[in-house]
Amino acid sequence: MEKQIKKVDLIFGKVDHLAILDACFKRTRDEIILDVIDSGLRGRGGAGFPTGLKWKFAKNEEADQKYVICNADEGEPGTFKDREILTQVPEKVLAGMALCGYCIGASEGYIYLRGEYNFLLPPLYKAIDEFHQKLKKMNFDFTIRICSGSGAYVCGEETALMESMEGRRGEPRNKPPFPTSEGFLGKPTSVNNVETLVFALMIGQEGPTKFKEMGTFDSRGSKVFSVSGDTPNPGIYELELGMTLEQFVEEFGDGDTKAVQVGGASGFCVSRKDFKSTLIGFEGIPTGGSMMLFNSSRSMYNILNDYLEFMEEESCGQCTPCRVGCQQLLKGIEAVKKGIKPPSYLEDLQKLSDTMRIASKCGLGQSVPNPFNSIINNFREEIIY
Amino acid sequence: MTKIKELVKEQAEKHGRARTSLMPILQEVVRSENYLSEEAMEAIAEELDLSTADVFGTASFYTFLDTVPRGKYVIRVCKTITCHMKGKDEIIRTISDMLKIKLGETTTDKKFSLLQANCLGWCHKGPVMLINDEVYPEITPEKVTEIVNQYLKKG
Amino acid sequence: MSKYKVNLKINNIPISVDEGTTILDAARELNFKIPTLCHHDDLCVAGNCRVCVVEQKGARLLPASCATPVSEGMEIQTNSLKVRQARKHIVELLLSEHNADCTKCFKSGYCELQDMSNDYRIGDHVFLDLVKEEDKVVDISSPSIEKDDSKCIRCQRCVRTCSSLQYVSALAVTHKGNEMRISTFMDKPMNDVVCTACGQCINRCPTAALTERNYIDEVFDAIYDPSKFVVVQTAPATRVAIGEEFGMEPGSRVTGKMVAALRRLGFDKVLDTDFTADLTIMEEGTELLVRLKDALVEGKEVALPMLTSCSPGWIKFQEHLYPDLLDNLSTCKSPQQMFGPLAKTYYAEKVNKNPADMVVVSIMPCTAKKFEAERPEMRGSGYKDVDYVLTTRELGRMIHQAGIDFEKLEDEKYDSILGESTGAAVIFGSTGGVMEAALRTAYELVTGREVPFTNLNIKPVRGMEGVKEASVKIKDVKPEWSFLEGVELNVAIAHGLANAKILMDKIRAGEANHHFIEIMACPSGCIGGGGQPMPTNMEIRKKRAAGIYEEDEAMTVRKSHENPEVTEIYQSFLHEPLGHKSHDLLHTHYYPRKRH
Ligand SMILES: Cc1cc2nc3c(=O)[nH]c(=O)nc-3n(C[C@H](O)[C@H](O)[C@H](O)COP(=O)(O)O)c2cc1C
Ligand code: SF4
Ligand code: SF4
Ligand code: SF4
Ligand code: SF4
Ligand code: FES
Ligand code: FES
Repeated sequence: MEKQIKKVDLIFGKVDHLAILDACFKRTRDEIILDVIDSGLRGRGGAGFPTGLKWKFAKNEEADQKYVICNADEGEPGTFKDREILTQVPEKVLAGMALCGYCIGASEGYIYLRGEYNFLLPPLYKAIDEFHQKLKKMNFDFTIRICSGSGAYVCGEETALMESMEGRRGEPRNKPPFPTSEGFLGKPTSVNNVETLVFALMIGQEGPTKFKEMGTFDSRGSKVFSVSGDTPNPGIYELELGMTLEQFVEEFGDGDTKAVQVGGASGFCVSRKDFKSTLIGFEGIPTGGSMMLFNSSRSMYNILNDYLEFMEEESCGQCTPCRVGCQQLLKGIEAVKKGIKPPSYLEDLQKLSDTMRIASKCGLGQSVPNPFNSIINNFREEIIY
Repeated sequence: MTKIKELVKEQAEKHGRARTSLMPILQEVVRSENYLSEEAMEAIAEELDLSTADVFGTASFYTFLDTVPRGKYVIRVCKTITCHMKGKDEIIRTISDMLKIKLGETTTDKKFSLLQANCLGWCHKGPVMLINDEVYPEITPEKVTEIVNQYLKKG
Repeated sequence: MSKYKVNLKINNIPISVDEGTTILDAARELNFKIPTLCHHDDLCVAGNCRVCVVEQKGARLLPASCATPVSEGMEIQTNSLKVRQARKHIVELLLSEHNADCTKCFKSGYCELQDMSNDYRIGDHVFLDLVKEEDKVVDISSPSIEKDDSKCIRCQRCVRTCSSLQYVSALAVTHKGNEMRISTFMDKPMNDVVCTACGQCINRCPTAALTERNYIDEVFDAIYDPSKFVVVQTAPATRVAIGEEFGMEPGSRVTGKMVAALRRLGFDKVLDTDFTADLTIMEEGTELLVRLKDALVEGKEVALPMLTSCSPGWIKFQEHLYPDLLDNLSTCKSPQQMFGPLAKTYYAEKVNKNPADMVVVSIMPCTAKKFEAERPEMRGSGYKDVDYVLTTRELGRMIHQAGIDFEKLEDEKYDSILGESTGAAVIFGSTGGVMEAALRTAYELVTGREVPFTNLNIKPVRGMEGVKEASVKIKDVKPEWSFLEGVELNVAIAHGLANAKILMDKIRAGEANHHFIEIMACPSGCIGGGGQPMPTNMEIRKKRAAGIYEEDEAMTVRKSHENPEVTEIYQSFLHEPLGHKSHDLLHTHYYPRKRH
């Protein structure tokens, strides 16, 4: 191995979050936004949009009210880092929200917390109360509230999330308009992942340089990974970006890793032969943090089946390619397994998944082809026989 | 006024009658009644000036907003990939045998419902289950027997 | 205000359109038709069916043209190979969850999904059949509407119709993922929920998932039953719409052909609901004047404004949503239900028939009239007053089935009696028409002069604005109406129940200063009724309205009180408006129903 993966402590390390905010409030919001842009920070929720740009767009909108939303819906299978961040360092998340509020000009923030994490409500409310008091002393007008989800993965999609906050079914909206111009209640809104907000706060503290120096050109900084599956060391790790999958497996594998699913049910499955050539990051395979390892005892058919079942149930159901496509893919591989359809039917299904990728309304349907094609391409035999 | 209507009214006073209050009100009713009865949804529709179909359509979108009767303790065992790999089937079998109910069913004394859920966000500690809002990670058949026994005693 | 122009290319052709225009509309301007399913001109954008996707140069995704505004420099291909493949897949997917038994389907030949599948030559099913057995159980609980979930493609047009046009939301999208479907509250039968039976959802459903209950076979059975004397009545709005069933232009005035066709179908007598529309004006106009007198002279507590009651969907809406204001509703039955009991009493006597052997069929632009005919109150004659109600569409179907070449038919005239009508009756078919007819008669009754509008055309109450308001100053009245001298008569008109709601909320809040309000459940009034030919959109409805007003101008008599048959029936049978007989046969009462 060329290089040891560097463990980082930007997210979980304790800091004086109020001092950071205080220092930031003394600078102009444009300065801070420039720093965030300069740092190269990209959203940690999956889509990877440059955070500084998002803030700039929201800032540039004229409106009587704007909102900051912290996306804590964390529903992607294999992802559990946001829960840990909210448990360990809630004050850093809150401060990140306030910083975003300062930059874009919002006085209200919401945390959309998935219902599965309801046990976090009491400590979060406590942290928010304390934080509000501190903000008052700093004379900064910013209020944070929590909206709870109720068990719907798609509500992690930012526009579905806002629909849900508005008391509706979590059906993703058409884009444009984007949330930075018409978001929650039609007002400019910046939706950021939990982890993204903490990184932004740290950039506020340290400036862009330290962050920028880590990682690669397209994937700056570090990232919190959620490691699960066949590994002796499951858990949460903040690692510098830019490692190959081979390095990752070296560190976390059980010696018999045959495949890694990078990015959860909406991510890609990489087989052993490609570990070396696969970079984890936006120039390779991006991930919201989910890394699931599979050893040779696992049936890739079962794994694909599980993913598709997840998507079939968690699709909001509004658009045709995703609602019906997911069902066809799931039932299709069953039919091939049972011999009802010939192996060549897999090619028909792959073509269908290409349509899902380009014609679905939101990221959910658009990413179902990721696990589907990567597993079929790598493990065709296991799917058929 | 019936108990449910009172509860809904109280929640509407607390959260307000705008559409944005619908989710918290639905969640509150489920918390106290275990599910959304027809009467509850009618009361909510009336308080918030929505149609009942609209309330039902919204509630039924969310897995945790049940519109069929559930027990006092709703057990949700994660069925997604890593928990599947780590033995959720055995957990379900154990609970099922203990409570004499199948997946999706509720005990006759209305105390327990046994359901599956999608990834609960504890994959590194699977298998995992929720009993109402409480999380139980790294469960085994033995542990689960103990946990369920505690709830049985709890009444 | 001039809008910014955006320049783009569609299929390599440059075009400049207003900012905010969708790709779909820009393509329409260039005469490129992009297929759509969830899109409907009357409804807000959904963007969920995805058949309208197009290719945008440089973009990874195929944008949905109905939901994507144009942007500067955009280059769009509407039929590239990528688009064709995606579109074909999407139609195949829709068909895979669709019970495609076209040969047995009421919608066959009129179905947007079928058209699309024909266009794309979808032959063999590539994908697995996903139709759920339980979805094949059709809900026929409502006398007006059939709901067949196995035919639903989840485009949500019905849901948007019911909420945004009608403010009812009897239908909603429920559940998610593979379970997502269109349901009523707790999946209850249609007849047990707040549905007004207006049929607007049917008009916008692209498939056979929502259709009217059809009674074509029952009517043919009656026609061919020698022991039955079958009379048919036709509503005002049908005569400017039925032509569309035979490929004619919307708004084509085909009254004479329709009469001829009905005769050829074998109806014993072809009569006209327009006659009872004129009668409605006499009854309702008198009722209004009595209410005004009670209020202004006697100082009694009377419910004002008075609301029209010709639209049974509207009545059901009010019973569900505004039961506290039922006293404001005129007690007049709708023209259809005035016709029924008169046919089985007055008319039966005239033609010497036993009412027990009579069958009254109506041809209506409306599905709520099917429900209305089933109301237990509607038995004024001692029999079921109206036996079968067919929609304009069903009549079109009967004519097709009977092999009648509609366009070639020579015009024929309605039978007498109960066939004579006026221009005032015809305009009942369009929003504002009842108001205009009422004003023509009431004003003249009170002042002895014609309404002070050129050529009797009361323009302020016409047009497609959702809520219209007008006032007419009453001057130089006849002595017996002196209490109305100088009164400014305030009227309002709403069409579509979401617009009705606006007025009703005003009344409830005590903020309405109107004396008389006309409300029609359907957008644009009966010409846009739930039983009218499909498709429907504002342009089509405007053409039908134009047909209605032309028909009015072409009539020799244009005021209800001048209809000679009306004069005759008051002389020989009813004696006076609001009299005993009228009370028994022509008026009714209403019941509060549950909203929630
Ligand atoms: C189906 C789906 C689920 C998503 N779930 C989450 C989630 O749980 N948490 C999250 O932060 N982003 C999630 N996203 C991404 C969000 O839409 C959005 O891009 C993100 O919250 C933006 O924050 P970021 O820029 O900080 O990543 C999801 C996207 C899709 C399509
Ligand atoms: S892609 Fe799936 S989740 Fe997204 S809008 Fe379409 S059906 Fe809903
Ligand atoms: S709804 Fe349309 S496609 Fe479906 S069976 Fe009927 S005619 Fe055929
Ligand atoms: S008939 Fe009218 S009220 Fe009933 S569901 Fe359809 S649109 Fe709604
Ligand atoms: S019932 Fe008709 S209009 Fe409604 S979603 Fe289904 S296909 Fe569309
Ligand atoms: S897979 Fe079970 S908690 Fe994530
Ligand atoms: S018509 Fe555009 S998505 Fe349905």
